[in-house]
Amino acid sequence: MAVCIAVIAKENYPLYIRSVPTQNELKFHYTVHTSLDVVEEKISAAGKTMADQRELYLGLLYPTEDYKVYGYVTNSKVKFVIVVDSSNTSLRDNEIRSMFRKLHNSFTDVMCNPFYNPGDPVQSKAFDSMVSGMMVQVS
Amino acid sequence: MAGSQWELPPELCCRPMAFVALTGLDVTYNAVHRAIWDAFCVNRRADRVPISFKVLAGDHEYPKCRTKRTSYEWYIPKGILKTGWMNKHLNLVPALVVLFYELDWDDPQWKEKQSECATKVEIVRTSLQGRNTKVAVVLIQKKTPLPPGEDLVASERASSLCNACDLSGKSLFVLPHTDHLVGYIIRLENAFYEHAQTYYYTEIRRVKSHKEFLNKTTHQLLFVRHQFKIAFFSELKQDTQNALKYYRTAYSLVHELRAHETNMLEIKTMAGFINYKICRLCFQHNTPLDAIAQFRKHIDLCKKKIGSGDLAFEHNAWMSKQFQSFGELFDEAIKLGLTAIQTQNPGFYYQQAACYSQDRKLLAQQLCQAGAVCPAPDPLDTPTGGLDFYGQRPWRQGHQSIDPPDPEKERTGILALQIKERDVAHSELIIALLSNAVAQFKKYKCPRMKSHLMVQMGEEYYHAKDYTKALKLLDYVMCDYRTERWWGLLTAILTTALRCAYLMANVKDYMTYCMELLGRASTLKEEQKSRIEKNLFKVLKNEVPEAEPECEPSESSAAAALWKDRMALSGSNEVSMEVQDYIPFIQCKARFLAPSFHVDQPIQLQVFLRADCPHPVSFNKLSVSLSNQSYNQWCVVESGQDNMCLSPGKTSCFTFTFVAKTQDVGKKVEMTGIELMLGSRVFLSWRGAGGDAASAHEALQASRSSRPRRHGPEAWQEGDWDSLTIQHSTMIISRVPKISVQLSHQPPALNNEMYCITLTIQSQEEGVAREVRLTTGLKPGQDANLSQATHVTLDRAQVCDASDPALLPDIPLGDLNPGHKVEQRVYVRCVSTGPRVFLFHVAYSINTSVDGQEINCNCHKDETVSIETVEPFDVSAKFVSTKFEPLERVVVDIPFVLMTDLLSSSPWPLLLHSSSLQLVTMTTCTPQSQSQLEQVLLQTGECASECFCLQCPPSADGNGTVATGQYVVSWRRESSSLDTPLVHTTVPLPHILLENVPLYIHAELPSFGRVRETLPVRYHIENRTALVQQVEMAVEPSDAFMFSGLKQVRLHILPGAEQQMLYNYYPLMAGYQSLPQLNISLPRCPTTNTHTLRRFLPQRIFVKPQGRQLDDASIAAA
Repeated sequence: MAVCIAVIAKENYPLYIRSVPTQNELKFHYTVHTSLDVVEEKISAAGKTMADQRELYLGLLYPTEDYKVYGYVTNSKVKFVIVVDSSNTSLRDNEIRSMFRKLHNSFTDVMCNPFYNPGDPVQSKAFDSMVSGMMVQVS
Repeated sequence: MAGSQWELPPELCCRPMAFVALTGLDVTYNAVHRAIWDAFCVNRRADRVPISFKVLAGDHEYPKCRTKRTSYEWYIPKGILKTGWMNKHLNLVPALVVLFYELDWDDPQWKEKQSECATKVEIVRTSLQGRNTKVAVVLIQKKTPLPPGEDLVASERASSLCNACDLSGKSLFVLPHTDHLVGYIIRLENAFYEHAQTYYYTEIRRVKSHKEFLNKTTHQLLFVRHQFKIAFFSELKQDTQNALKYYRTAYSLVHELRAHETNMLEIKTMAGFINYKICRLCFQHNTPLDAIAQFRKHIDLCKKKIGSGDLAFEHNAWMSKQFQSFGELFDEAIKLGLTAIQTQNPGFYYQQAACYSQDRKLLAQQLCQAGAVCPAPDPLDTPTGGLDFYGQRPWRQGHQSIDPPDPEKERTGILALQIKERDVAHSELIIALLSNAVAQFKKYKCPRMKSHLMVQMGEEYYHAKDYTKALKLLDYVMCDYRTERWWGLLTAILTTALRCAYLMANVKDYMTYCMELLGRASTLKEEQKSRIEKNLFKVLKNEVPEAEPECEPSESSAAAALWKDRMALSGSNEVSMEVQDYIPFIQCKARFLAPSFHVDQPIQLQVFLRADCPHPVSFNKLSVSLSNQSYNQWCVVESGQDNMCLSPGKTSCFTFTFVAKTQDVGKKVEMTGIELMLGSRVFLSWRGAGGDAASAHEALQASRSSRPRRHGPEAWQEGDWDSLTIQHSTMIISRVPKISVQLSHQPPALNNEMYCITLTIQSQEEGVAREVRLTTGLKPGQDANLSQATHVTLDRAQVCDASDPALLPDIPLGDLNPGHKVEQRVYVRCVSTGPRVFLFHVAYSINTSVDGQEINCNCHKDETVSIETVEPFDVSAKFVSTKFEPLERVVVDIPFVLMTDLLSSSPWPLLLHSSSLQLVTMTTCTPQSQSQLEQVLLQTGECASECFCLQCPPSADGNGTVATGQYVVSWRRESSSLDTPLVHTTVPLPHILLENVPLYIHAELPSFGRVRETLPVRYHIENRTALVQQVEMAVEPSDAFMFSGLKQVRLHILPGAEQQMLYNYYPLMAGYQSLPQLNISLPRCPTTNTHTLRRFLPQRIFVKPQGRQLDDASIAAA
């Protein structure tokens, strides 16, 4: 389960960031922000080869001692970043993929809301509760 | 250096090379020896064998060899690896000792020298007692040796020397001191290298042989030690593959050791050493992935081995060092050609090292109490000044059991270590590591990672109380976070920066950060904002602000004193702050109400201000600077006027109005800056028309928004700040003219004519339009050729020519009273066809009043018209013979006819005035009389024809084409008035081919005949050559005629002479009849025959029937 989930706009500013409350929130902001370096690089590398059949899931962006950072980019260049604890070895690639898919579906619902202005921070309760379901449960 | 405890020993980090000692060389005083030594050690490139040479004295004492242990049964090792061991084998115990000795084979004192040499060898041998070190002798000789086997003396003496010194033949070398010194030296050192390898091989065998004596219970440490030694010797032997293998074994053995608190450090130290060696060799073998995998394994195995809780910082220091040294190895490998990638580069290792150093600092702050005094005697002092074994505690060296021998000693030892740690400059270490990481991430395209690390560096500088550097770094990266709109991170950085600025009492920076922290990008809570705002107001009032929370109290009080001085000193200095590139707490947007204003309208501009801070802000002055500074005076509000207070979240609007100057018509007025004065000396300034680092994006979002918005000037009243758009410039345009300009003309224009356009200007002004001026002609900006082919004039009296311009500027038309009109005719002559655009620009000036000001405006009105020019008529000309047969060529001196057809293509009727021919070669046969076309009126599509009888004079050259001349037609439009000048159109006539004939014949006959009446025909035959021509003539019989005359004749005609032949034809039938055919042949001129001459002769004649006479007889017959 994730310790931090973020949605980043096409222009690389955060639309939504949620992290486990037990740890330093700022640290996760930095982690997500720095991971954008790799995301940008991967997007530009993929853009050169096949623009149409691009895989949305970017895989493990980079490992740190404490966390693993995964990335996903939608066709409209909105990025999703999931940070999981390095110690959590039970999590497989497939599960990460399905988390991203769920996130993408839920985000699509947010975008479909006629009262939501694309580019504004995400404030949807449905999205929030879906994210909560994917986060590490703090007892 | 404080961190030195954790540094890897240099003997571990260097590349081990075989150690060879050279003795018997006097490098200081003997030039030959010096040269030999230099040849060994200078310019050692990679292609030379890896040996480290050292010059030692002949009686040098080598380290003593301990007596070999025969049994390990009672031996308990005291540690894993002695601190001196690596250095001993790298620098102290040679693999080979070489004795240099000057001796030639034919030396006269051979015997004495030989025994001296043997003695020296013996001395070396003695000092190497017990070691396997080899000894070799090099004889330095002055003479070049003969090839082997030829010098019998040499081989005999060599073997005797070997015997004397107890050397094998392979260990005796000769070094002739000749020109090829370096070549000999290279051969020598290759031989030395072989000896050294043999030595290290035996050493490996020796260490391996110990293994059988060891047992697993007591000698665990020795297993590690021996594997390490074997690996190290393998490295010395340059057998890196095996070295790697042994190091790997050693690494797994070190983790099999029983670990407990007392020996944890030793185990980790050794594990770190071995790991370093493994990674280093992996990189050397170009298997970086193996190195990374080994390092990961190492970290995973060691991460949890913290050891004593009281010394937890030691573990972090050690971890930091592990990452740092791996990063350095990685970096070094990259310098040697390895390629790294964005997600796997040394930067990550430096970063992690920095991270562990930060943890170390935190732990050190927790564990090391400030007040502790170092116990005496210092438990960290050892009798030797160093440790015997790597990674042991100075106060219990060699101790290997689980519990410490003396708890009290243990306690003071730990305390001493903590005190030592307290003095370590952690921040320096962290900053150095971070800056290494920054350099790497910069290289591998990670700008955000770089920024993040720079923030950490800045924070570390802040902790190290180096606020200037901290601010510099933070200020540098702030901009990146601002443009990427990561407000949370920006706020965190600003908070630190604010603390730095406060502690330095840097007034301007302090205010800048305050303003941004109060702004809408700040994620601070209301109460914090409120506190910051109060501080800001204090500074504005020249008071000392309150200390930032989370600053150390001692620092804060120092800062407060600094502030007092600052405020006293700089109390009256004006501070101007550019806020455009920040997100300040007061937002400003300005706009002109329209993108353009007529000069007779007052220009209006609005400045919108909005405060985002929690408390109301009042200001003392608001001013707008414009590109024309003379307007600035109208765009200022100063205190004393109402509405100078900005309420949080409310938009205030200030409107300025001014009248533009007439000389600025056609110019742009731009806002160059907006200045807002807070307090008495602080100015916030925006460039242009306001906005800040975030406003562009907000405007974009607002425009995307689906919320209903109102456009136009009322938008701001909705409170929709984001959708307010900036209009930073306006155009001053001339007053709208109140005149009408009408054109009347009859298109299309005809080529070359004086085309008349009548312009009527009617004034609808209320005042007098003064100095009305007309600029007319071809509109500029069309095809450049058109201006050469268009001429404009006002003078109708004469046809304009090339000297007349295409555009007539500024024709004065005088003043125009209200309601009056003026008419002007313009004549245009177009000398080429095609469309043209003509411009009629009417300018005038008028007095008017704006806002009570009397201004003199220039107005103008433009009219354009596109006029097509067409040809008025087409002229075609053709040549025909006098018989009106088309002619291809004209015979010299014989008349012919020129016919011209003039076909009108003008839509308007044309009046032809006259026409004439301007002949070149030809002469006219008819006297010049009135033109046949005079006063002919030609409607569209009608054609006017004319004939001219011409002749080519004989003088002309007989052959080739000649120009005929020109046809000039004078004409005008029928509708134009009589005094309009005529247009003369000149049409060039076609060229014609000329021809000479030797014989010309023409007939003279009546225009008709009558049946049964004599028809006399006279043929004139002219000889046009310079020769006498013989002509044969015959008349063929014809059914229609009888005739009298010579039927067949031969005659001679003299040059230039003419012969006449007379025939009387007697027509027999009525109607068109062919005349009897005349056959002519010239025997001297066969090309001219009947056929060529026939064209000159009439072919037929009309024969009228016999006239009916009042003849009774015929009536009777009827």
